[in-house]
Amino acid sequence: MLMVRYVASKFFYMLVSLFILISATFFLMKAIPGNPFMSEKAVPPQIRERLMEQYGLNKPVIEQYGQYLKNIAQGNFGISMKMQNKEVTELITDTFGASLKLGLIAIVVSVIVGVLLGLVAALYHRKLIDNIAMVLAVLGIAVPSFVIAAMLQFVFAQKAGWFHVSGFSGPLDYVLPVVALSAQPIAFIARLTRSSMLEVLHADYIKTARAKGLNWFTILFRHVVRNGILPVVTYLGPMTANIITGSVVIEQIFGIGGLGKVFVTSISNRDYTLIMGVTIFYGIILMLARFLTDIAYVFVDPRIKLNNGKEG
Amino acid sequence: MKKRSIVLLTLILALSTILAACGDKKEAGSTEGTATTKLAADQTFHINLASEPPTLDPAQSQDNVSSSIIRTLFEGLTNKDKDGNITPGVAEKWEPSADGKEYTFTLRSDAKWSNGDPVTAKDFEYAWKRVLDPKTQPAPPYAYQLYYIKNAQAYNEGKAKVEDVGVKAVDDKTLKVSLENATPYWLGLTSFTTYYPVNEKVVANAKWATSPDSLVGNGPFKLSTWTTGQTLEVSKNDKYWDNKNITLTKITASIVDSAATEVSSYKSGQLDLAGQPIGEIPTDQIASLKSEIPNELTIKGIASTYYYLFNVTEKPFNNLKIRQAFTKAINRQALIDNVTLGNQIPAFGLVPPGIKGIKDEFRKENPDSAYGKEDANEAKALLAEGLKEEGLDKLPKITLIYNTNDNHKKAALAIGDMWKQTLGAEVTVQNQEWGVFLQNRRNLNYQVARAGFGADYNDPMTFIDLFTSTSGNNDTGFKNAEYDKLVKEAYSNSDNNVRNEAMKKAEDLLIKQNQVILPIYYYTNIQLVKPYVKDVVIDYGGQLDVTHVKLLEH
Repeated sequence: MLMVRYVASKFFYMLVSLFILISATFFLMKAIPGNPFMSEKAVPPQIRERLMEQYGLNKPVIEQYGQYLKNIAQGNFGISMKMQNKEVTELITDTFGASLKLGLIAIVVSVIVGVLLGLVAALYHRKLIDNIAMVLAVLGIAVPSFVIAAMLQFVFAQKAGWFHVSGFSGPLDYVLPVVALSAQPIAFIARLTRSSMLEVLHADYIKTARAKGLNWFTILFRHVVRNGILPVVTYLGPMTANIITGSVVIEQIFGIGGLGKVFVTSISNRDYTLIMGVTIFYGIILMLARFLTDIAYVFVDPRIKLNNGKEG
Repeated sequence: MKKRSIVLLTLILALSTILAACGDKKEAGSTEGTATTKLAADQTFHINLASEPPTLDPAQSQDNVSSSIIRTLFEGLTNKDKDGNITPGVAEKWEPSADGKEYTFTLRSDAKWSNGDPVTAKDFEYAWKRVLDPKTQPAPPYAYQLYYIKNAQAYNEGKAKVEDVGVKAVDDKTLKVSLENATPYWLGLTSFTTYYPVNEKVVANAKWATSPDSLVGNGPFKLSTWTTGQTLEVSKNDKYWDNKNITLTKITASIVDSAATEVSSYKSGQLDLAGQPIGEIPTDQIASLKSEIPNELTIKGIASTYYYLFNVTEKPFNNLKIRQAFTKAINRQALIDNVTLGNQIPAFGLVPPGIKGIKDEFRKENPDSAYGKEDANEAKALLAEGLKEEGLDKLPKITLIYNTNDNHKKAALAIGDMWKQTLGAEVTVQNQEWGVFLQNRRNLNYQVARAGFGADYNDPMTFIDLFTSTSGNNDTGFKNAEYDKLVKEAYSNSDNNVRNEAMKKAEDLLIKQNQVILPIYYYTNIQLVKPYVKDVVIDYGGQLDVTHVKLLEH
């Protein structure tokens, strides 16, 4: 019962945030000067007016807002104003595939490599291997992903010729963008895992377990890893959302036709319907990630109790 | 969001330049000297598009990327050869009437659509009327390219009926066109995308031009793949009437909007062609490319002008002498040699080289040296006089605006500095996001603003009519009855001598007598082409035509 209420309230807040997001984006977007039909070569006024009329842009903003809310309530996100006769939903599904594939692979790689690196560093605390792992982690956090991307591209694609410089057609094309994209999360996860493992390793119940003469591997995987991985789980939600929605620059460098690129160009094009569509889509992903993390938390961490805010 | 990614991109560009500069030079040698005259077995041509084509419907196209692709998929009544001469396309021959106001086109009988239908005169009549139809959705922005046709503008504005429009298919093979005026350059427009035919049967489907399954064209190629944001591919159209003269079997275009990535891809061999007009080469790499692969870097003048606009309605640029002082105070060649780096040509006029005049190019017949020259001392004297006329004791602060772009920024900083050096002007350069910039310019909410214009057709009029008092492109506040009269005279007259004389007078009025704009340079097209690629055509205006490209063995 408590669980249902907890989930329902989280869900309700999600809807409210989504509504605020839609309204704020809509009015901010309309406040930027310009329209989808501007160009250095002026379109004759009568043609521009006809275009504005055809897309309903000649009406007062508040009326356009009402109309838009009505449309999306019916699941109609409209057609792009710049990419002729393409549905917004179609453009999103066409391009999100690439971002999603790239993002998911990067997440899996980050978690596996990050946790392993952190674990090894914790087990060999203050030894050479720990130091190496942590220097790598600091580098990974400090060097921005686009610098890593440009370097990888130059060394391994342009000079060595092992990979394509740009494009996203074969499995080999995934390697460089995934490395560039996961460097930072790997570093972060490794540090997170290491510090929480160290904490767990010195906990009393581990000492007890060892004293009982339990097999070291059982201790490691039953108790140490399971408890030590908690912070990583909490980080997973926001990280997933960030990677999937935030690969714009990497997509740009490697010429991957993902949603990020579409989003950025839609704004400079004042492609109103597309801006709204992608914003809502990204908004939902970010909120869902948050929502799922909140719920996962309850299951993973028994210390969170749902007794009306009085958490134990 | 936008701003941040621009900052990031700038950094990437900067970084990749540094990295590229460290690269070893051996690579350049390996691509040289292997060219033979034998054709390569694989005739797939690899290019890059810097942006997704917004449309592949000829009626809607108004940008270089979409028109470059549309040119492979469709064919108009006429074509242009590599020297810009008009050659037969779907029309076998044509006959102008004695007064030059009517044209009769005879279509070839073997022209076919990619679905096998014959291309008829009705297809042209339908396509042109479709562009002009006020009910067409979305309203074709380039409809005004058809306004030369009798009653076209009136129909487009809802003031005339469709049957009054001066285009008529007499029979399947004969198309009669009546014009408003005997416009001498009109025939050349029939090779322009807005004049391409469309197949009525397929156009009923609103999304016809978005997918390979439904796009039917009459050009040398047909659309075979289009994945949003990834690739666009066209392959040879066997139904094309002249397909024996088409060598390429496929053109594959990646869609990547990072200039640095494009050059990297080119160097790694992924692309056969890079750069303008469909892509871009970062300015900071031009110098290293010039030394690394000089035989692959091609720079060609195109009919476009880069200039600054003065807001003539506000102090201090309401004063002619101050405008002249600012125009004379800059050193264009130094700017080109050190900043823009693309071998551009210093400009003193509005009409660029490459545009036809009476017998030769307009610019050769009317050299822009007549409009004055750079002279720091004269600039200082003019400034002093101008300030006195305005009753000012010193020059107010000047703000120069440009739209966010690295090249515009560099040019603006250099020019601002030149003004400071020679005139002691206090100059702030300010970048504005594209939409904001255009709005400010249109509302005359500026002092000096960047501008650029490329030819729509091969006649000085494409530039001259920008500055009439009713032009939507005249963002200067300049209104001059005499100028309007001269433009009107050139519009309505069919005698090319009279027209050119009027346009020359108009340009003189605009620049020498009023200095409404500050011409900076005439653009060049900067491109990288592999040595084994033959017959890439860049026309006078910088339009790309790759339909007749051949790839040699390499």
